[in-house]
Amino acid sequence: MNKISLDLTVNGQVYEISVSPTLTLLDILRYEIGLTGTKKGCGTGDCGACTVLVNGRAANACLILAPDAKGADITTIEGLAVEGELHPIQQAFVDHGAIQCGFCSPGMIMSAADLLNRNPNPTAEEAKNAISGNLCRCTGYIKIIEAITAVNKHE
Amino acid sequence: MSNLYSNIGKRVPKLDAPDKATGRARYPQDLTLPGMLHGKILWSRYPHAKIVNIDTSEALKIPGVMSVITAKDLPYRNSGFMKDNPPLKRDKVRSLRDEVAAVAAVTEEIAEAALEHIKVEYMELPGIFDPEEALRESAPLIHEENKNNLVKMKYKFEHGDVEEGRKHSAHVVKGRFKLHFVTHTCLGTCCCIADFDSKGKLIMYSPSQVPFLHQKDMADVLGMSGSDIRIIQPTIGGAFGSKLDLYPYEIICAHLARIAGRPVRISFTRMEEFCCTPTRQPAIIESEAGVDADGKLTFREAHIILDAGAYVSWGPTIPYVMMNSFSSLYRVPNVSFDTTIAYTNNIYAGAFRGYGNPQGTFVVETQMDELAELVNMDPLVFRILNSNRPGETTPQGMKVTTCGLEECLKRAAKGINWHEDRRGVTGKIRRGVGLASFFHVGGGARVYRSDGCGAIVKIDDFGQVTLITGSSEIGQGSETVLAQITAEELGVRVEDVKVINSDTDIKPWDVGVHASRTTFIAGNAARIAAAKAKRKILEMAAPEMGLQCDELDINNRFIYYKANPEKRVRFDKILRKKHFDYNGNIIVTEHFYDPPTQRQDRNFKGNVSATYAFGTQAAEVEVDTETGIVRVLKMVVADDVGKALNPMLLEGQLEGGIAQGIGYGIYENLILDKGRVMNPTFLDYKIPTVNDMPEIKVEMVETHDEEGPFGAKGIAESGSIPTAAAIANAVYDAIGVRIKGLPISPEKVLKALSKK
Ligand code: FES
Ligand code: FES
Repeated sequence: MNKISLDLTVNGQVYEISVSPTLTLLDILRYEIGLTGTKKGCGTGDCGACTVLVNGRAANACLILAPDAKGADITTIEGLAVEGELHPIQQAFVDHGAIQCGFCSPGMIMSAADLLNRNPNPTAEEAKNAISGNLCRCTGYIKIIEAITAVNKHE
Repeated sequence: MSNLYSNIGKRVPKLDAPDKATGRARYPQDLTLPGMLHGKILWSRYPHAKIVNIDTSEALKIPGVMSVITAKDLPYRNSGFMKDNPPLKRDKVRSLRDEVAAVAAVTEEIAEAALEHIKVEYMELPGIFDPEEALRESAPLIHEENKNNLVKMKYKFEHGDVEEGRKHSAHVVKGRFKLHFVTHTCLGTCCCIADFDSKGKLIMYSPSQVPFLHQKDMADVLGMSGSDIRIIQPTIGGAFGSKLDLYPYEIICAHLARIAGRPVRISFTRMEEFCCTPTRQPAIIESEAGVDADGKLTFREAHIILDAGAYVSWGPTIPYVMMNSFSSLYRVPNVSFDTTIAYTNNIYAGAFRGYGNPQGTFVVETQMDELAELVNMDPLVFRILNSNRPGETTPQGMKVTTCGLEECLKRAAKGINWHEDRRGVTGKIRRGVGLASFFHVGGGARVYRSDGCGAIVKIDDFGQVTLITGSSEIGQGSETVLAQITAEELGVRVEDVKVINSDTDIKPWDVGVHASRTTFIAGNAARIAAAKAKRKILEMAAPEMGLQCDELDINNRFIYYKANPEKRVRFDKILRKKHFDYNGNIIVTEHFYDPPTQRQDRNFKGNVSATYAFGTQAAEVEVDTETGIVRVLKMVVADDVGKALNPMLLEGQLEGGIAQGIGYGIYENLILDKGRVMNPTFLDYKIPTVNDMPEIKVEMVETHDEEGPFGAKGIAESGSIPTAAAIANAVYDAIGVRIKGLPISPEKVLKALSKK
């Protein structure tokens, strides 16, 4: 199989890699770069577990093929915390009990981070919209919405 | 009362949440061992066929393929509840999820490609996909060693005299209910890693929720000693009962690793997760119930027909629990319950949160509403009249100690504005409300000889407390609640407690995560081990402080004189001193808690649980009479939780349970056509998304159970149990039709309306 080379920036770090063109960004992150925080719940764009920020916007990493990741600026769940301090949305998920098994959490948090970047004080409706493509089997979503809408409330 | 405590009753965030929020938590899929290979399974092409020949030679030639195995490479040892399930199928396949061969290769892609080069010659056999048809004499035989397709398991329970009850009934209802296939859809798919050390001992990285049972099962099926098997549980991406049985893929993984001489990981795709894992047990339930003129229940009679699928996993054992919904949810003097269980060529059924209780409760609570109407009583009043009270012993010999059901009913009804008149709403959108309650074990369940759990408490020189518990964290939050219990008992802070719970080589024995038992059983074990540790600390401190042991207590890590709290020392200081003194000592204590319960006898009588949990859910729904679409607007749940040790995690369990209950009630349906799953994607198998969730109001009724740790009962399954029933009753309230099968899909609603 012919490999292609590409460079991409992940959490501020530039990587030059050579991979099969059919590899997805999700597999690149998990297996080429070794960042396993981003999860694979389906691999077909249906669950949102693989959500990362691509050039600042939330996207399903499992739907992006290697050639399309060329030059992209990616933020994964590992890139949110700064110097060991949880990002406010991560802290809110922890404090509000929005995490159970946690498999959906990285994707949920990235979808929420995208929303909060654009809209720091979302309503419950806006929060729901932002995570409508993220499935969670554990929590019933109630505490996730609580967490997202609370992030910037108590300043 | 709650301000008595410094750790109990607090909304303590989950200890593992920061790791999960940062992507640091490691699920089996995230682990790679040096030299690790990737395993893939070749599934059957037919639901029922003879295997004539398997040729693996081509697959073996592919570069990167390290081993290819078939049944020939394995000893003759079956797995499963009835030992009817060969890890790799030998002479025939009985369902489309049957394992035919397996490959280990250096990459997943190569393993996948190699599967296509395994040539299997089949001779197709006629299949059977309906449990009732499977029992006809002409039906093709699924397990040839048997005379017919009847599974040799029977759950027959009789109490009182049903005929007598019928005679004294003013009204009788009768119905046939159909409960469908649904599946867990854990977000993390099945995945394990098998690794043998140089002494031939097996290390399994497994998402098991019952690691000690699996250690034993694995030993049996591999022909090894249990002590040569170590199960390490990485972070688990959801379980809900799905990880209660040992599955062929795990056994295959071990064989591949043994044969290849390298660690092997098998990780399911989402498609495999849908098609090749157990479902909730589907059921056909024929049920009859009566009421006298005063509104008192007179009898219940139920016959259950179960489709086991091709092999017996936990699914066919659910009548053990389902029986409780019929015998013990409400007071009924005469009960008859029995089962017929059949093999079919469908994929087999397993355990799923609630364990038969959601199915049974759907029937019982539908009939409660029907009876209330016949006897002309408000369904709320009717339920209260027939509900259990403290001191009751149910027909199955279950001793009700604390019971808050009446209050749960009232609070759920109040929360949903039960008495509001919604009939005024006309037009195509109708609204209705419905109630349903549940009865479930809340203090363990003695289904095995032991229902115990071990705990070890150890305290280091710095005052760091380590709780080593036999129990497992599957996302439900057990380790956090156990840390709270330990901290409370010892007089330290939650953050001083570390919980070790994921390695069978280290932790003491526990049955596992099932029957909502962990908070109660593992909680009591931890509490008593911590109490012993505290006693030891006080004994060490007393001479140092010139006081008697009983004059001392511990709070916020200080040992203090009860009569004069000013007189105190930091407890880690005492520990260090005693450790390094001549003839030093350290704090390590243990306790094995096995609750004071009985196994049921052959007639299914016995007090299996140290306490029972009760609760009610109230649903408000909106039904579009033109499209048939049901929307749940609001759910109120009032649960007798004993004592809420951590209200935030408790709410999370109930909210998540309700989400699964809503899925079961109106959305989810695993469609099988001739044994084939027709909708194996999240696109076609709809679990609730955030937009499908109603407002949920959680009410906690605290009855302070004497046997529970700080008064708590187990509740983890309860959220899922009565939801579908409450919704079905609300649908009836809205549009006046009874839907006796799940899910309550638009088609069913429209069909029922057209017949009205
Ligand atoms: S893994 Fe990408 S959407 Fe499910
Ligand atoms: S926390 Fe388990 S899937 Fe969301």
